Amino acid sequence: MIGLVLRRCATMAVTLLVISALVFLVIKLPPGDFLTNRIAELRASGEAASVAKAELLIRQYGLDRPVTEQYLMWIGLWPGPAGFSGLIQGDWGWSFEYDRPVAEVVGDALWLTLVVNLAAVIFVHAVAIPIALYSATHRHSAGDALVTVLGYVGLAVPGFLLALILLFYANRWFGLSIGGLYDAEFTGKPWDWPKVRSLLAHLVVPTLVIGLGGTAAMIRRMRANLLDELAKPYTVTARAKGLPPLRALLKYPFRMSLNPFVADIGNLLPHVVSGSVLVSLVLSLPTVGPLLLDALRSQDQFMAGFILMFIAGLTLVGMLISDLVLVWLDPRIRLGAR
Amino acid sequence: MSPLLSIRDLSVAFRTDTGRAEVLHGLSLDVGAGRTLALVGESGSGKSVTAQAVLRILPPAAEITTGRILFAEGAQPTDIAALIPDGAVMSALRGQRIAMIFQEPMTSLSPLHTIGDQIGEALRVHTGASRRQADAETREALARVGFPDPARALTTYPFELSGGLRQRAMIAMALILKPALLVADEPTTALDVTTQAQILALLRRLQDETGMAMLLITHDLGIVANIAHDVAVLYRGRLVESGPRDTVLRRPGHPYLRALMRAVPRFDMAPGERLAPIRAARAEIPPMDRHAAPAGDILRVEGVGKSFVLRAGRLFAKPRIVRAVSDVSLRLAGGRTLGLVGESGSGKTTVSKMVMRALAPDSGRVLFDAGAGLADVHDLEGARLFAYRGLVQLVFQDPYASLDPRMSVRQILGEPMEIHGVEPRLRSRRARDLMAMVGLDPAALARYPHAFSGGQRQRICIARALALNPRLLVLDEPVSALDVSVQAQILNLLKDLQAALGLSYLIVSHNLAVVDYMADDISVMCRGRIVEEAPRAALFRNPAHPYTRALLAAVPDPSLDHPLDFAAVTGEASDPDRWPEPFRLAPDEAGTMRAIEPGHRIRVGAAHAREAA
Repeated sequence: MIGLVLRRCATMAVTLLVISALVFLVIKLPPGDFLTNRIAELRASGEAASVAKAELLIRQYGLDRPVTEQYLMWIGLWPGPAGFSGLIQGDWGWSFEYDRPVAEVVGDALWLTLVVNLAAVIFVHAVAIPIALYSATHRHSAGDALVTVLGYVGLAVPGFLLALILLFYANRWFGLSIGGLYDAEFTGKPWDWPKVRSLLAHLVVPTLVIGLGGTAAMIRRMRANLLDELAKPYTVTARAKGLPPLRALLKYPFRMSLNPFVADIGNLLPHVVSGSVLVSLVLSLPTVGPLLLDALRSQDQFMAGFILMFIAGLTLVGMLISDLVLVWLDPRIRLGAR
Repeated sequence: MSPLLSIRDLSVAFRTDTGRAEVLHGLSLDVGAGRTLALVGESGSGKSVTAQAVLRILPPAAEITTGRILFAEGAQPTDIAALIPDGAVMSALRGQRIAMIFQEPMTSLSPLHTIGDQIGEALRVHTGASRRQADAETREALARVGFPDPARALTTYPFELSGGLRQRAMIAMALILKPALLVADEPTTALDVTTQAQILALLRRLQDETGMAMLLITHDLGIVANIAHDVAVLYRGRLVESGPRDTVLRRPGHPYLRALMRAVPRFDMAPGERLAPIRAARAEIPPMDRHAAPAGDILRVEGVGKSFVLRAGRLFAKPRIVRAVSDVSLRLAGGRTLGLVGESGSGKTTVSKMVMRALAPDSGRVLFDAGAGLADVHDLEGARLFAYRGLVQLVFQDPYASLDPRMSVRQILGEPMEIHGVEPRLRSRRARDLMAMVGLDPAALARYPHAFSGGQRQRICIARALALNPRLLVLDEPVSALDVSVQAQILNLLKDLQAALGLSYLIVSHNLAVVDYMADDISVMCRGRIVEEAPRAALFRNPAHPYTRALLAAVPDPSLDHPLDFAAVTGEASDPDRWPEPFRLAPDEAGTMRAIEPGHRIRVGAAHAREAA
């Protein structure tokens, strides 16, 4: 087991390295970069002092060096002007657009992203699983039909549209401002109890909005999986043994139908992060989604690179977790059966 | 004495898109306490539906429309048909007073839970026993059904066990609360003959010990003859015959039962006697397809061996190497049939895959005569290999799994021809011919596999195998997945096709009666080695090897005059270390083949071979 984890960590490190190369390549592909664009702009408006500062930055971050060297400096495998200082050493680089270190810009957004998305993921499972269980065991009943219709509506309504509607009515009916993740007065304040409470209150709508599409999809898939498992002979065996229906359902078919979802944990997080960009923009959530969008648009390379690496890291950790849970959950994998 | 279970006028209907379809029409039957009633019939006759109705575990689309199911244990009989299916009264009966075992022990047990958990569960649910108490009783139950190491078995998972042990676990699960009635739905159909005989012996022993009654669902008259007290025959949802076993089997009254008895391959058939299928398939074979049979052998397997490496469970542990096949040699003369017999795990399927060139042997050669002399199949390349693919075709065991449900029959039959570059115009004519050859209506070409019965599907599989006009067919358990009533039809069809087309067959099976009916020569495999080979007549007249004898002894014969000797089925016959001298083989010992009469050779231990020399 420990061997397995170590082996997986080693492959993860290699994978991250490959991803970092790809990320860097993709960011570098469009012609020019943030600073050269800025210099051209400044030259046009004749601000010589600013030009000098920008050129200093270029030298400081080695943007005048060959691309491979830039890449190695970024990840910290090549000495830059300030020695070895890259992702590996914990230096995430400088955001040119905000003119601050990336770590400072991203700071709160990172873990707020995690909070929002974990809340959405938990919401998806907590709502979808009971509904899917009901829907599968009461197949073709009125309740099943209702859930199915609602599910399709949920799938079809774009998240940002729902966000706008909620924004409007929440304000109109309850006088609530639901933008942001905490009330404006707490911005920049340290995290104390009132601020956390404000956060929790503000989490409700984003969780609902981000989670709803996923919930609908999950109900459909879980229902289909369960229907397959309900037809399996071991389910009949459980009934023939005299198990009460609910207990039989939860112990056998439900447990079997969990596997594909556990295997999906790795994909879930990046999917939710990238899928929620629009919603985050509409609800003005301080998450990394909008930051990434801006950074990519303005070619703010260290910023974009870091956020992409963060999402890649999340994916890999998610995959590791899902593999470990699968090994724990399914003896066929644990004991190496076919 | 009043019966334990009496079914009166029971009707069951399925709700379908076109309305209600009744599958059981007013069935009445009785199971006496401590007795075994065998419910016989082909698939679709309603026998499984009856079993499910008794436990009220019918599929959601089915419902009991009329009738009573009286379960009379204690003073007051309970009408099961009037209970709520998943209600408290029914749940209390299930697993406690009435238990059930199923056909497929692999899929009937959950792969995610240990055997101990699943067996002890009934006890915990019904008696509120703690897990510790349940484990103790489960250990006892496992010992009773013959588990070698019951304590260890508690924590094993179903996929770690052989098919026979899985079914024993199912039986332990059903019997842990000592029910008054055991419903067994085809409990041995998925098992090898030797394992089947052991399970039947076990069921009979447990019945003697506990005095339970059994409702045994089967299509195998051999099983009926050996363990039933009473027989009820179902045909299309109606009871057509019932009574004590001896009366029914010795003087079958209903034409269906008489036909069923003639349709089963038996060992005492006269040479050249044909089976009489219940529903004959009329095959029309165009004369032009006939191959001139090669003068010598069409297939020769020379000393092939194959090992598989199993991934080690733990890190740094040595991977395990399993020798699936060791030094196997076979000869198949052109136009004839060679039977390869053995239990599952004996390596017979691995051999057939090496003949197909789906697996490469580690050692030895596979020679095939494509018309220009014998050549090593595993040296073929390019155009010659492509041609070989057309000349050797495979018919699989399971016609449900081996036909793509999304392809029409025309596409299924056309695919091999498309791959081998037959013109589209010829393809469609050939497809019509093929349908006629296997006795199906060419008008059905546009239909999809789900529209056909199991026997019809197997005929489509045969037609597909014949599409490229092959010389050799490898038949891997061609009738094991089929009803007895259609087995005869398929076997006769294969015989007719062979005679008309000059085909050679390599038939792989664990069913000795089928091999006896089909093959000219037979090779018996055990643990990856040939242990006996002989012409058919010699093998059945004078089986010399203890393993062959055990296989023969384990086949249940429908005739009441040849009962199974349950005392003799111990399961030791497949362990070379326990064979009596001169056959005994030490672990890893190869032994040598020795002729005992012309063409009849058996494997003996090296120690004995030296003595003889």
